[in-house]
Amino acid sequence: MPKRSDLKSILIIGAGPIVIGQACEFDYSGAQACKALRSEGFRVILVNSNPATIMTDPEMADSIYIEPVNWRTVARIIEKERPDALLPTMGGQTALNTALDLVREGVLEKFGVELIGAKRESIDMAEDRERFRDAMTEIGLESPHSLIARSLEDAFTIAGQIGYPIVIRPSFTLGGSGGGIAYNREELEAIVARGLDASPTGEVLLEESVIGWKEFEMEVVRDSKDNCIIICSIENLDPMGVHTGDSITVAPALTLTDKEYQRMRDASIAVLRKIGVDTGGSNVQFAVSPHDGRLLVIEMNPRVSRSSALASKATGFPIAKIAAKLAVGYTLDELKNDITGGATPASFEPAIDYVVTKIPRFTFEKFPAANDRLTTQMKSVGEVMAIGRTFQESLQKALRALETGLDGLTSQALPPPGEECDGKLTHELRAPGPNRLLYLADALRAGWSFERVAELTHIDPWFLAQIEDLIAEERRVASEGLAALTGARLRVLKRKGFSDARLARLIEMPEQAVRHKRYDLGVRPVYKRVDTCAAEFSTSTAYLYSTYEEECEAEPSGRRKIMILGGGPNRIGQGIEFDYCCVHAAMSLREDGFETIMVNCNPETVSTDYDTSDRLYFEPLTLEDVLEVLEKEKPEGVIVQFGGQTPLKLCRALEQAGAPIIGTSPESIDVAEDRERFQALVRELGLRQPANATARTEEQAVQLAREVGFPLVVRPSYVLGGRAMEIVFNEDDLRGYMNHAVQVSNDSPVLLDRFLDVAIEVDVDAVCDGEQVLIGGIMEHVEQAGVHSGDSGCSLPPNSLSEALQEQLREQTRKLAAALKVVGLMNIQFAIQNGIIYVLEVNPRASRTVPFVSKATGLPLAKIAARVMSGRRLRELGVSEQPAPRYYSVKEAVFPFVKFPEADPILGPEMKSTGEVMGTGRTFGEAYAKAQSASGVTLPRQGVCFISVRDRDKPGAVQLGRRLIERGFSLLATEGTARALAEAGLECRRVNKVHEGRPHVVDMIKNDEIDLIVNTTEGKLAILESNSIRREAVHRRVTYYTTLAAGLATCEALDHLDEVEVNRLQDLHQEAINL
Amino acid sequence: MSVPAVLALADGTVFRGQSIGAKGNTTGEVVFNTAMTGYQEILTDPSYARQIVTLTCPHIGNTGTTPEDLESAQIYSAGLVVRDLPARWSNWRGSESLGTFLERGRIVAIAGIDTRRLTRILREQGAQAGCIMTGEKADAAAAVIAARKFPGLKGMDLAKVVSVRRAFQWNEGSVWPESARTLRSHQRLHVVAYDFGIKRNILRLLADFGCRMTVVPAETSAEEALALAPDGLFLSNGPGDPEPCTYAIEATREFLKTDLPVFGICLGHQILGLASGARTLKMKFGHHGANHPVQDLETGRVLITSQNHGFAVDETTLPANVRATHRSLFDGSLQGLAFQDRPVFGFQGHPEASPGPHDVKPLFERFVQLMVRRLQVQLRQGPAAAAPTQSPPRQPAVSR
Repeated sequence: MPKRSDLKSILIIGAGPIVIGQACEFDYSGAQACKALRSEGFRVILVNSNPATIMTDPEMADSIYIEPVNWRTVARIIEKERPDALLPTMGGQTALNTALDLVREGVLEKFGVELIGAKRESIDMAEDRERFRDAMTEIGLESPHSLIARSLEDAFTIAGQIGYPIVIRPSFTLGGSGGGIAYNREELEAIVARGLDASPTGEVLLEESVIGWKEFEMEVVRDSKDNCIIICSIENLDPMGVHTGDSITVAPALTLTDKEYQRMRDASIAVLRKIGVDTGGSNVQFAVSPHDGRLLVIEMNPRVSRSSALASKATGFPIAKIAAKLAVGYTLDELKNDITGGATPASFEPAIDYVVTKIPRFTFEKFPAANDRLTTQMKSVGEVMAIGRTFQESLQKALRALETGLDGLTSQALPPPGEECDGKLTHELRAPGPNRLLYLADALRAGWSFERVAELTHIDPWFLAQIEDLIAEERRVASEGLAALTGARLRVLKRKGFSDARLARLIEMPEQAVRHKRYDLGVRPVYKRVDTCAAEFSTSTAYLYSTYEEECEAEPSGRRKIMILGGGPNRIGQGIEFDYCCVHAAMSLREDGFETIMVNCNPETVSTDYDTSDRLYFEPLTLEDVLEVLEKEKPEGVIVQFGGQTPLKLCRALEQAGAPIIGTSPESIDVAEDRERFQALVRELGLRQPANATARTEEQAVQLAREVGFPLVVRPSYVLGGRAMEIVFNEDDLRGYMNHAVQVSNDSPVLLDRFLDVAIEVDVDAVCDGEQVLIGGIMEHVEQAGVHSGDSGCSLPPNSLSEALQEQLREQTRKLAAALKVVGLMNIQFAIQNGIIYVLEVNPRASRTVPFVSKATGLPLAKIAARVMSGRRLRELGVSEQPAPRYYSVKEAVFPFVKFPEADPILGPEMKSTGEVMGTGRTFGEAYAKAQSASGVTLPRQGVCFISVRDRDKPGAVQLGRRLIERGFSLLATEGTARALAEAGLECRRVNKVHEGRPHVVDMIKNDEIDLIVNTTEGKLAILESNSIRREAVHRRVTYYTTLAAGLATCEALDHLDEVEVNRLQDLHQEAINL
Repeated sequence: MSVPAVLALADGTVFRGQSIGAKGNTTGEVVFNTAMTGYQEILTDPSYARQIVTLTCPHIGNTGTTPEDLESAQIYSAGLVVRDLPARWSNWRGSESLGTFLERGRIVAIAGIDTRRLTRILREQGAQAGCIMTGEKADAAAAVIAARKFPGLKGMDLAKVVSVRRAFQWNEGSVWPESARTLRSHQRLHVVAYDFGIKRNILRLLADFGCRMTVVPAETSAEEALALAPDGLFLSNGPGDPEPCTYAIEATREFLKTDLPVFGICLGHQILGLASGARTLKMKFGHHGANHPVQDLETGRVLITSQNHGFAVDETTLPANVRATHRSLFDGSLQGLAFQDRPVFGFQGHPEASPGPHDVKPLFERFVQLMVRRLQVQLRQGPAAAAPTQSPPRQPAVSR
């Protein structure tokens, strides 16, 4: 059936902020859907609260709403835009749940909007675990024995029937949120309580454990004529028990016979038909008994997913794009397979002739208290994918792509051989944590038998044998040394994926030595194409991966070309914002006639869509891999400033190797990064910096601290994203930090900066062409200095800075840009204390706030910067500085604390947020209210506010208390704060701190007696004491703030809760231009 | 230590790798198959006789081998080319490694070469002759010469070479009977199946549908076959060029004079075409894979099929009483035909899959229905009244 002609306009719901379990894969799918539907002539309306997405770029849809993704807001958008249809399958669980809400609330019916892509009935059947299980039984498919619990009592009864261990899966949650595996009654109670809470329907499924079974996924696409195709099979190396998002996975499935594979294929298609997914992509998960092949259906997602993004990248088949077209009436045979240039139809099953390995990336180091054992609730924040011609090659490429310091199966720190070491290894193999595979390698190195390792991990022997072989090769390399590395031998090793760095470490030589030897021997990679068809048809699409084979298919062109290095795996501190910048660089330079070449290894992103750049190298961002691509392509420019720290780290080595790095010179980058050189520059320009010093020993630190003065921000010099950064208030804290938090040495000193307390922090993003400076925007942080800029909310334009102060900020920015001869993007962080501006840091590269500024102002900063880097002038581009818009845009950070119930959700200098949202409004309060709502915070309209603040916040607390009382709240406070409030004449009840006896504040939170919490604290002890308050608040979903500023901002927001205006982004931008 | 091996193509291209099967030399037509599972089924499919199969999926041998997955009594493929044979296999059903299986079957095989490069050569230049030589002394030049000596499959009648010598009975069903509905008749339908290189899964599926089979040699005359009093005739898949199989074409022409349902798969489909008066042609590199989309021309639905053929029926030469029922969405070539005036139809791909998807399995059901209908007519009219049915066979709805 061709395209439906009865539909003219379609609303797409995005996934909202990046959270664990829902990352930028939904930007990839949503952006594809927008492009696909627009190219078919539909008017596309999009809602997504996440400003860092490509899909919310003004040219991606006809009407874009950066508004909270919830049914009430979407209902307003529907009322305003009157779309004919709603496509809910592109925005993850968030979009599906919102669509269900809209159906339930009668909104779709009222405005005559048709749900396309997935029907309500299908979503219900797939998501409601009990109905799903029954449906599976009806079509003769087995699923694990399970029962639904709606209360703790239910759970205990059911556990009595099913037995332990038992799996807990809440209904309708994303990334297995609130789920887990209980081995005993106590764990069951804890997990079920959490799960009941997490599930919007208050239901959890208790399921027979099939821990240790083989786990597979099938990506299926179905059209309205009931044509079904399998895009990709995925096998989890980590067996059942670890969430698939946290598992190492490979594609295609490697350990199935044809009979088993086809049985699974038949089952997948039967599931889609039963659930009634009429059109689009779905994902079906299976468990297979390794002993007798018993096949169980675990779950299905009637929408595109993280796995479908992976499957798209793994095969070259764009699932989301095809799914969008199927949703508007096309059938598979009417659509072409783009990658073969239309030589083949989309109605086929990709055949692949390589192995893809995905490895998740974790950031437990950010949440030291969090439980880092992997279970059915997803905990990873990102992933890498690698392509190789063999499993070994793709595995080792993926390991080094992670950027966690691995060069392959790197040894872990272990106790000396003996009982303790064995105990550690046994634990790590049996109860998987983030590095199980590495411990497994260590166990094999320690001579553990194959059987013992298999028994503990349940990993399929096929994979274990592959790893065992790598360990054997390592042993041989180490014993034979460099001389034994002949051309033939090196080729064998490279074909197994060994990096130069790994080989160098094994033979204890510098990486360079191995590389030079390899070059001398002419052992170089070739590039093969991802073509969906295992070379059966020719392809003109340059989607490439390196391998050590005979024939190279790269066929580089002779065009003018620029290479962009991407950001690698998402992690806290480096996420979608940088991918956004890379994509913009590719788009703008392509428009300018350059051939653009993307190098990246993150399968979730838009940058690794083969459509984004002219050529895509799906490669790890290590020096070795990037140098090889450079050698093959010989671009005239390389952009390293857009992908965050990942490419920046390579900058110097690439330059030494002769790479034509464009934009700000590495020399200038060095001035900005080198403390002493930067200090000199600041002084020369007559600007101010907080007092600071560099210490190489504990004693020196104490000495210098006295000169600089407390409080101090302390951090190791090699810090990234606020890692190990702390604020210390006294000498004891400082000594503690020097002793425990860091290993200080001459090579890695500790930096001490005077902490500017009660200062306003400001971010400025600008583009400079070496002479002229374009200020993109000035952002005033909501939280005061001391909270990592990535974790604080901010407002554009600034909501409290005078115009004079803003002009000073602009002036200082221009001075610094000129002095550093910045060519491209720059970001400056300022702090303002008592009206005095201090420069905190200058980063001559893309910052996390670039997409936010672009969305807030309409200025495509990253595109402008890329053009400037390619040699053009701002004047020539016709862009000029604009006055700040009259509407407010507020950015708010989103945190993963719900997933880490053990971790302290306090904010500090170390970044902890995974994503961000944006709200817009005529006033700061309105924009802030929307941002809060978008970040999932429900602001209470009235009730009891608990206030407990550190001494220096007491005056502010009075101000806050007064405003809350004016808005109908009653106050509750701990002793000191209560006294301050009472002295100011505010009515306030006193409550015990936790250590003061019961009933205390945590009791009250548990009893739902508190509606809002403002709790500020400082100093190790006080933080520790108040930890239980914050944790309980997260657990009970009580709105809480750990800064006074946020509390005050909330008061403003409270006045705007009823405002209903939704803002079309394009209209806002028009308004900004017309100023 | 691994034994070296070379693969040479008639065009002079040489690949060097390691021997992973029997020692010695082999020549054949080099083809590639893009199926990602089912290497054991492929190797034991008689249609691969005189062909050296390249599997594009890089790891082959992961699940070992099992007697359950044999498609015939032996390996028919003339040789095997893969990127990697893993040192260890793993599967609950497996009983032996692929390497041992190859050695026992005396099949020469090579691993470690750039199979993607080979595939691209075959794609661009078409299937061509090749030679694998193993051992320290394997000589590339000699291998090229040997490859050039291979006469090619055009005009080669291999069906009678791989066929059984003596008829036998088959009643065994699938290893894992599917939950799909099966027709259970009290009296089993008797199918006489011509073995041009028949795959066991065809027999298993027919058995699942309530048939008993007499498998007969390729050169069995129509008279002999009809004397077995079949309810239907089946023409199997098989290797080589259909044109020289004049004995089979002759026999088929005789069957077309009766009211018996006839079903042909792959070579059997081509023989049906030739018997009807159509012509066949040699394809550039053929269809070998498990992901081929075929459109059912009546319903418009797309079926993902298993394919393995180097010759095809030329659709433009079909006589008036034969219509096209299926076409390949890859190259538009004819994939299915049906006689308008009798219960006879053929399919170019492999409805029995093994390896491959089960999308076209309902064709077996259709064959069975045609046989049942004939019996019903006979029952009503008495055996004497049996005459060729005039109404064209109806396509069964594909089961959901």
